[in-house]
Amino acid sequence: MSLDLDQVRRIASLARIRLKESELGQAQAELNGILGWIEQLQAVDTDGIEPMAGGGAVALRPRPDAVTDGGQAERVLANAPDRQGEYFGVPKVVE
Amino acid sequence: MHPTDFTLRGAIDALSEGIISSVELTSAHLDAIAKLNPRLNAYISVTGEQALAQARASDARRAEGTAGPLDGVPLAIKDLFCTAGTRTTAGSRILGNFTPPYESTVSANLLRDGAVFLGKANLDEFAMGSSNTTSAFGPVENPWSRRNDPETRLVPGGSSGGSAAAVAARLALGATATDTGGSIRQPAAFCGIAGIKPTYGRCSRFGIVAFASSLDQAGPVARTVEDCAILLRSMAGFDPKDSTSADVPVPDFGAACARGVKGLRIGVPKEYRLDGTPPEIAALWEQGLAWLRAQGAETVEISLPHTQYALPTYYIVAPAEASSNLARYDGVRFGLRVTEPGSDLKDLYERTRAEGFGAEVRRRILIGTYVLSAGYYDAYYLKAQKIRALIKRDFDEAFRTVDAIVTPATPSAAFGMDEKQDDPVKMYLNDVFTVTANLAGLPGLAVPAGLDGQGLPLGLQVIGRAFDEETVFAVGAAIEHAADFTALPALRAGI
Repeated sequence: MSLDLDQVRRIASLARIRLKESELGQAQAELNGILGWIEQLQAVDTDGIEPMAGGGAVALRPRPDAVTDGGQAERVLANAPDRQGEYFGVPKVVE
Repeated sequence: MHPTDFTLRGAIDALSEGIISSVELTSAHLDAIAKLNPRLNAYISVTGEQALAQARASDARRAEGTAGPLDGVPLAIKDLFCTAGTRTTAGSRILGNFTPPYESTVSANLLRDGAVFLGKANLDEFAMGSSNTTSAFGPVENPWSRRNDPETRLVPGGSSGGSAAAVAARLALGATATDTGGSIRQPAAFCGIAGIKPTYGRCSRFGIVAFASSLDQAGPVARTVEDCAILLRSMAGFDPKDSTSADVPVPDFGAACARGVKGLRIGVPKEYRLDGTPPEIAALWEQGLAWLRAQGAETVEISLPHTQYALPTYYIVAPAEASSNLARYDGVRFGLRVTEPGSDLKDLYERTRAEGFGAEVRRRILIGTYVLSAGYYDAYYLKAQKIRALIKRDFDEAFRTVDAIVTPATPSAAFGMDEKQDDPVKMYLNDVFTVTANLAGLPGLAVPAGLDGQGLPLGLQVIGRAFDEETVFAVGAAIEHAADFTALPALRAGI
């Protein structure tokens, strides 16, 4: 299947990446090129196959549900583009 | 002999015998970087003062008799590893002047063992690429060039192109790298050096900028197989800060290099004989197998029937995980922020991410977003995870009858900086031989084995069982010994 321009717009919006109208056509062509190539996977018989989720053979370890870190506001905020006191600054969200 | 000519093992011996100090060794590398990096662009940041301070401290430890296994050895650190107090870029604009307040576990392990850090090595943006041309800090040049066409500048491969170029040009004795689909092995092969992607879980991912978490693994590149083994021993180890870190003992990988291959069964997958593979690469593969037979190994044809589906599977799994991992770059907590007067929060996100990410990263985030989106998840992502299970099953079957698998490392030698840039899928095919080991979580080593007709290095790949890097090193060292690869790149320190 191939993506139309509206779908490309919607994907870009979901991904929170601003695409200019003039960039949509090229993005559409590139995405469809990649998706067309991926399409060959539909030919593989995967009935009854358990999907492989992680990369390792080792089972994930449980750990105690305990607070092990915190109280590092200065280090956490050190790279903030807009720091306001002990908070990250963002444009006004609620009127 | 110029101090940059040491192998890493040779430098450790020379340091311990008092033939050279770490300050001398480190200064020689910093001088070489000052001379060659403006052309090669292998380093994004050079931390000379810090390196010399580390070298002085190392010499003091050695005088006291408390030197660690890597004490005083100058290394390059791929700029995907967070280094406390040193800017970490991931090759992207979006990280801005991000300076981590913490150290990645792998680089901390190297510091624990006494290593000196020369600087941060260039890479494809967020480790996404096979040519190191997607870095926001400019492309890296391969120190090798074609014999009959020395003017054409070649790519070092990617994504760990800066790490590989720095080591090949002798601007470091070794380097850290990461490999999600071939990003250690392909640049190592293109630059005529060795590099290993260990088993998934062998090295902690804590503090490494995430690309695709179920595929990413750290590993070393260096000029010999033994040097890689020495580095990996320091880098590896269980880390509670990475939930996928494997709690298994770290063996003496260096000792494994001398084991030999007598009695080993080496698998030769018939599906890796691709149409269009240059005859030189097919011939080198045959040669490598003959070398192993001459040293007492047996070679047997095996089948990995789902090989052809590995790359398209990867290009679902990796972008899906990347789109999720890279959601954190939102212009709020760290890195770049781009706004216009009157921007609301969504506009802030969209402008920041449009300007902060380069074209290839944007493309992969869009693909990943699509394959995970409602209505398409089963058709793409779930399907890919099932095929990934089949690819792993192929290897499980093969490793019932063989001890290691040997293949070419790459389908071509290094290509020109302006080649393959017009078609993403063409670029993706670089990883056709390497990506299977990532999907199956297995260790894979690239070892330089010969030159093509243009005098460019070609590598072979050794794939092993999970957590059996020792056999991989034994086979790699046997190939290295027989190949006696002594060719050197045109651009290098000490000449």
